[in-house]
Amino acid sequence: MELTERRAGKTVVLAPAGRIDMATADQFRERLIPLISSAAAGGESVVLDFSGVDYISSAGLRVLMLAAKEARSSGGKIAVAALQPLVNEIFQISRFDKVVACHVGVNDAVAAVSAPA
Amino acid sequence: MSINVRFWGTRGSIPAALTAKALRVKLVDALVAASGRDLDTPEKASAFADTLPFATSHTFGGNSSCIELRSEGAGRVLLDMGSGARAAAGDALRELKGVPGEFHVFQSHLHWDHIMGFPFFTPAYIPGHKITIYGCHAELEHAFRRQQAQPSFPVDFSVMAAKIEFVVLEPLRTYEIAGYRVTPKPQVHGGDSYGYRFERDGKAVIYSTDSEHKVEDAEETRKFIDFFHDADLVIFDAMYSLADTVSVKEDWGHSSNVVGVELCQLAQAKHLVLFHHEPAYDDATIERVWRETQRLEEITREEHPVTVTAAYDGLEITL
Ligand SMILES: [Zn+2]
Ligand SMILES: [Zn+2]
Repeated sequence: MELTERRAGKTVVLAPAGRIDMATADQFRERLIPLISSAAAGGESVVLDFSGVDYISSAGLRVLMLAAKEARSSGGKIAVAALQPLVNEIFQISRFDKVVACHVGVNDAVAAVSAPA
Repeated sequence: MSINVRFWGTRGSIPAALTAKALRVKLVDALVAASGRDLDTPEKASAFADTLPFATSHTFGGNSSCIELRSEGAGRVLLDMGSGARAAAGDALRELKGVPGEFHVFQSHLHWDHIMGFPFFTPAYIPGHKITIYGCHAELEHAFRRQQAQPSFPVDFSVMAAKIEFVVLEPLRTYEIAGYRVTPKPQVHGGDSYGYRFERDGKAVIYSTDSEHKVEDAEETRKFIDFFHDADLVIFDAMYSLADTVSVKEDWGHSSNVVGVELCQLAQAKHLVLFHHEPAYDDATIERVWRETQRLEEITREEHPVTVTAAYDGLEITL
């Protein structure tokens, strides 16, 4: 799995690519959780651009739960965008569509997390 | 030699009966679907009923955990003594026609929903029958005796006239019992629970209920993949959604359909049975979870297909 990071205004966009499964979930967690807390400390939000993610397993989804908890406790915001159809179905079946906000496009997600609460 | 698996109780945590209101919804749905059709014989009506959605023509049922394994030349095996054991007893006695029987009962653990059927397990009261109860908890015998002690039940355990024995097994050791190779495995659950792998004539059945999977623990996951490896049937605790098991219901001791699919895929198991249904779920909800699980298996399948079934009281699967 590859992880690339870019900025869109006051939002950090993290884009994982490939499979997020038992083998790569730790790598994803180690990058994502500190990013959420540092972004929150600077008044910024995080958007996950999932357009390059082909598959996510339970171990990968659990990292998103940790991320949502981290965002809540640090006062930050997180959203997911651009899910491939297969990954979108995995989100629905696992009920993770109710854990993190899912947006169709990255720009929608950036706009949503940038909006004042 | 084939193995016949009969599900007598499939509901989790507490029995849950179908209500009159829920039955009426099914009846109305069926009548609306039937309007304008020629269904003037039981045969025509029965064939039509087969075309209805599963949750309209069936109920997943309400008894708590009890499963039976049958195989020609093997002993009578029961998995857990939930409230489904009452019906299992009636069936066995009808079949035995007065001849004394021998029963081998394997307990996943001693929570009430898994032992509550024993006071209604009629063979236990009849002299001549022999019942051996196996489990890995040191308190195995105590739990069965205690639920029949005053003031919880009017008939004390000591009144049971069958020959009843308790055998405490060691986890991860393989035993030869009743014609099966049986291996218990420790699972994560409040007060511990144990899964069982039953093997006979090249067929393997896994009974793994009341088991929480910590998906971040790769080593534990690996152990379950080994335990499920190549199984013909995996009966799996799929009580909650994955999201719930890692948030509000974390450490509640149960698992999800998503983890069931993943483990069966990784273990190359052939057939996943969703079991220990949430008592708050109605039939339509369980059917939806079942269809979604079939879909998940289909979209995440690599080479190895896994059949997905939602258990219901009365289901039989022959391997
Ligand atoms: Zn239970
Ligand atoms: Zn339990």
